[in-house]
Amino acid sequence: MITFDTVSKHYRGQTVAVDKLSLTAPTGKLTIFVGPSGCGKTTSLRMVNRLIAPSSGRILLDGEPTDTMDVAVLRRKIGYVIQNAGLFPHRTVVQNIATTARLNGTPKDQALRIAHDLLERVGLSSAFANRYPWQLSGGQQQRVGVARALASDPKFMLMDEPFSAVDPVVRGQLQDEFLRLQRDIGKTIIMVTHDIDEALKLGDQVVVLRTGGTLAQVATPQELLARPADDFVADFIGRDRGYRVLGFAEFAKGGVPLGAEPTATLGATPETLRQIATDRWVLVTDPLNRPLGWADVDSLKGPLRDGDLNLSGTLAVEGSSLRHVLDAVLSSPSGRGVIVGQSGELMGTVTLSHVAEAIEAARTGRLGTQP
Amino acid sequence: MRFDWLYRESGRIAELFLWHLGLSVIPVVIGLLLALPLGWLAQRAGFFRSTLLGAAGLLYTIPSLALFVLLPLVLGTRILDPMNVVVALTVYALALLVRTVSDGLESVPPDVIQAANAMGYRRLPRLFVVELPLAVPVIAAGLRVAVVSNVSIVSVAALIGTPQLGLLFTQGLQLRFLTPIIAGIVLCVLLAALLDGLVLFAAKRMTPWQPGGAER
Repeated sequence: MITFDTVSKHYRGQTVAVDKLSLTAPTGKLTIFVGPSGCGKTTSLRMVNRLIAPSSGRILLDGEPTDTMDVAVLRRKIGYVIQNAGLFPHRTVVQNIATTARLNGTPKDQALRIAHDLLERVGLSSAFANRYPWQLSGGQQQRVGVARALASDPKFMLMDEPFSAVDPVVRGQLQDEFLRLQRDIGKTIIMVTHDIDEALKLGDQVVVLRTGGTLAQVATPQELLARPADDFVADFIGRDRGYRVLGFAEFAKGGVPLGAEPTATLGATPETLRQIATDRWVLVTDPLNRPLGWADVDSLKGPLRDGDLNLSGTLAVEGSSLRHVLDAVLSSPSGRGVIVGQSGELMGTVTLSHVAEAIEAARTGRLGTQP
Repeated sequence: MRFDWLYRESGRIAELFLWHLGLSVIPVVIGLLLALPLGWLAQRAGFFRSTLLGAAGLLYTIPSLALFVLLPLVLGTRILDPMNVVVALTVYALALLVRTVSDGLESVPPDVIQAANAMGYRRLPRLFVVELPLAVPVIAAGLRVAVVSNVSIVSVAALIGTPQLGLLFTQGLQLRFLTPIIAGIVLCVLLAALLDGLVLFAAKRMTPWQPGGAER
């Protein structure tokens, strides 16, 4: 648990950076500080490990005030991840990862063993172990940065815009992997981001700060979307709040009835397709029953080829959110959303009316639990 | 070119070469050892930086011959004492290297410093484990300039009679005899190239992590 007790930071002759901030980042949870630039989110983060000294107020780690601790000892207790990883250019990947363990007094051999294990944990092959940072892509460096923060097995972690410097595709991957990792390790984390989508996707608790360093709202992502505290928060979350809340409504098994979908494979003739088709569109799968795309029966001239497939439809994995399911329906040329299992095999399709019913059920369920 | 003369004098020329080597290298080594703490101070404190680097720049503008002649008065040494040359050249090396060390430390990426601080490095371990190793490429570049320019300045000390390859020039001039002059020039160039290569080699060995470095 990290506690902010009326913490303020003001610079001489300047406006207030952080203004009487009081909040708690609960143990084992990921708390996200989010807000526009100048809201003091990074300043607040850096006051936790005293890279910046608070002007007044106290910060406590599991109830222990940080202002009386030796600053180096305090920092070694807290994992720290920054935007551009900040790896040591003159150390190999494993040496970089082992750094925090070494600083905490772990013998060299053991620290290197920990580093090798962590390399795998963050999704890098052991081939990277002895490379230098310049030989890695931005995303790979960021994984090493996360591994380095974890090597001392700290109870607390601070992450300063950890995924901002990489392209959107890699960012999505890193976020997903990090969520999976956090589910295993359950660290007490504070992360800073300017990206509200990232905050809503990753956070157990989201802290919205406004310019001038005051607290606007502390809530779970669902609460934030459903009940923003004021105009500022509502504005900051932006449009599509109603749509985005679907991202938190899990599409439970049986929540939406799956329809059986007739399928064809590549090489099928127009005649065969016309026989099995229920309308203009037939779903095409590979030999392992994984969906490839939709074939338009009306425009087919000869045996079905790769190039005939319409690829516009997205796939929703069973157990993913209603947002994904709805998107699968809306993007499908046939109007039937394709649902697949964990290994990509076809489970069935859903229609818009069925999804709408599930959304309605989720909505009333949510309203029902409101205080 | 009189090769018989070279052959006859080879013992003395070798001796002068070794003197030249020593007078070039020792001041750079001492200068570097002094420049490390001073450059670190200069890089850390804004006020120190401008005064120290300014003073260092001024030192370099003193003509070498003037320094060779003035130092005995300051140090109380005899005019022919090689110590005068060592001290004078140390001053030049120091003047160059203070800026180099300060620039080298300045070249360490701020992200890396911030990460080191955040992980809980204390100041001195951070300097030795993180900052100095990363400053090696810049410091080595300055060291190459210092060592090569020292090789050339040393020969000026022939005018005050200190033994080194410069004596071949004065001797050649006095005798109106070209062979020692050519031999002196060739050996000076060889020495400069050798020392420059040595610094380059050492720097490469110390920075296997650089793109295009020693490994891979």
